[in-house]
Amino acid sequence: MAFIVPAELEAELNELVTHYPQKRSASLMFLHAIQEHFGFISKEAAEWIASKLDLQPIHVWELVTFYPMFRQHPPGRHQLKICRTLSCALGGAYALHEHFCRKFGLDPKAHGIQTTKDGSFSVEFVECLAGCGTAPVMMCNDEFHENVSLSKADELISKCQ
Amino acid sequence: MSTPTTAELKPAPPPVETIRIKVDGRELDVPKTMPDWQGKPQPTTMLQACAMAGLEVPHYCYHPKLPIAGNCRMCLIEFGTPMMGPDRKPVLNEDGSPKIARSVLPYEPDAARGAIACATPISPGMELYPSSAATKQMREAVLESLLINHPLDCPICDQAGECKLQEYSVEHGQATSRFVETKVHKPKQVDLGPRIMLDDERCVLCTRCIRFTRDVAGDDALGIVNRGSYNSIAAYPGRQFDNNYSLNTVDLCPVGALTSKDFRFQMRVWFLKETKSLCATCGTGCNITAGAREEKLLRFEPRQNDAVNGPWMCDHGRLNYKWVQREDRLSTVISTRTGSGTWTGVLAEVAEVLRNAPKGSVAMVLSARQTNEELYLLNKLAVLCGAITDSIAREGQGDALLVSPDKNPNSNGVRLTGVAYTEMGIQIPKIAAGIRNGQIKTLVVFGEDVTRHGLEGDVLSRLDHLIVSDVLPNETTQRAHFLLPGCAHIEKRGTFVNVKGRLQKFMKAVEPKGDARPEWEFLGELLQLLGRPENFKSLEGLFNQMAKDTPAFAGLEWSRIGDLGVNVKL
Repeated sequence: MAFIVPAELEAELNELVTHYPQKRSASLMFLHAIQEHFGFISKEAAEWIASKLDLQPIHVWELVTFYPMFRQHPPGRHQLKICRTLSCALGGAYALHEHFCRKFGLDPKAHGIQTTKDGSFSVEFVECLAGCGTAPVMMCNDEFHENVSLSKADELISKCQ
Repeated sequence: MSTPTTAELKPAPPPVETIRIKVDGRELDVPKTMPDWQGKPQPTTMLQACAMAGLEVPHYCYHPKLPIAGNCRMCLIEFGTPMMGPDRKPVLNEDGSPKIARSVLPYEPDAARGAIACATPISPGMELYPSSAATKQMREAVLESLLINHPLDCPICDQAGECKLQEYSVEHGQATSRFVETKVHKPKQVDLGPRIMLDDERCVLCTRCIRFTRDVAGDDALGIVNRGSYNSIAAYPGRQFDNNYSLNTVDLCPVGALTSKDFRFQMRVWFLKETKSLCATCGTGCNITAGAREEKLLRFEPRQNDAVNGPWMCDHGRLNYKWVQREDRLSTVISTRTGSGTWTGVLAEVAEVLRNAPKGSVAMVLSARQTNEELYLLNKLAVLCGAITDSIAREGQGDALLVSPDKNPNSNGVRLTGVAYTEMGIQIPKIAAGIRNGQIKTLVVFGEDVTRHGLEGDVLSRLDHLIVSDVLPNETTQRAHFLLPGCAHIEKRGTFVNVKGRLQKFMKAVEPKGDARPEWEFLGELLQLLGRPENFKSLEGLFNQMAKDTPAFAGLEWSRIGDLGVNVKL
């Protein structure tokens, strides 16, 4: 599958380069924009970014492999991100995560992002979402949810479907 | 291209500005600036100052010919600077000497705060303590940290014997590891490119390889992927690290992470007999150290010579040694006329042929792969027989770093000894015509397959006498009436003059096979048979005589050339 960046996005990125004293500085912003649009960073995407910024692909790949938030594979249609920083960890984040995993037939002990076989959901732990007073908190796609009990979690899933 | 020489117009260099510092309590004047990896003057670093005081500061990431990264922390040393009062005047001790403030941790004033010696410039009055207890402690801590995830299986590591981790562990390490947790496992046997194997577990992430390929080889192919203790050197997935200088990263790698596929696990390095030699693959003449064991060549490594190759060499030249020990090497001296198979017999026959050859009936094609000494003797022979001489040019691709488009190692030697003039090969058509019209009856060929350079088989078949010396068989050697097996340069001593006019000598690394002998030896005997006095018992004597007889080499002596060679006038 050829990697094609829509013209508007490319124009936006071209403009972005001009904000920086050197092209390479725009690498992270490019990665964010590409991931937002495509959902993940494919090898083709990394090569495209490298050629746009006059870099070797390895230098884009260094960033992609360094930051866990950059995904190398497509995530599920609905992304469940459960906070596991201290307050949420104490407030039941692990039980919540396990609940989702059991529901979707995923491994609660596995590291990193996991996606259901049909590609409808992905579940992952993330670091602090800045809702420590209302732990456990999570995000369903771009929506923020507080005080997520297990029943609230089920509700969230049914809304997604 | 007639740029006037400016050597005599240049003003005398200004006196070197120095800074007075103390290293381990000893006063020392060091230059204010020193050349950096590209030779540009930069403020002198603590590491360079310590080196001038005769103290080596241990280091992994620092390399004098690479940009400084300062990431391994092994070169941390304790230091102090003159104390300043509130009035910005130096605070003095009671005896009038400046008071030194040792650098300490801001939150722990009793603990020394080290500086990385590779990247910290010195300043006037600074005191360095590379041997202090605090420095020792810092080194031990850094080394212990580097060894946390490093496999401790030195006996089966190919780097053993030339590993900086091993060496520094002897000097700064502890006998046992305090690390009881599980080590992080990383990729092993990573196929980085056609000539390089990577073991990420052994890597200390000094980034020498990354900097070399980016800044010296100009191929920005390597990077560090993943995070924290999973950091690994890698090429982009699916891309090969395959530039023509990739094997230099194996030399640069201070540990056993990068290994040469050609050499890995072939031989424990302490069994290698190392010989100073040259690469003869092109006209650059990179200085090499040849490693051999029991007369078997096992590797070439670059030997630093800043006037020629710096510390590098190309992969092609480095791996161009296997032909020397090919099974089909010419190893029998033979005369097809009488069937004689001894050097005395064959040389006597050759002498007879040359003695009886009328003037103008002899031609010689002499390779620019022969040494100066051999070319000198061959030229004597040519003068004696009134022979016409020429050599064969060998043009190819060059590059901007080391590879020369001249694929002969000694083109300038051919010119300076008078075998051929500026343009090589212009006499070949004349020689061919002379053979065709019957004027030339005897052809002497050294080190070339002339059938591929204008003297085809049907031309050679018209000759009365074909006298050939070579290393590997070819059509010319097959047609020879007299075959004199010679040596590869790695099997003998001698000198070459590179494309830039640097005369360099090389030593013998391995014995030749069978009857093969250094050409200069049997050429001397041949000249003696013809009544000449040039039968030299030693290469030193031969070289010194050649230098006396050859204007370009005037004043040179074998014993005074040195390992790095000298420039001669082209």
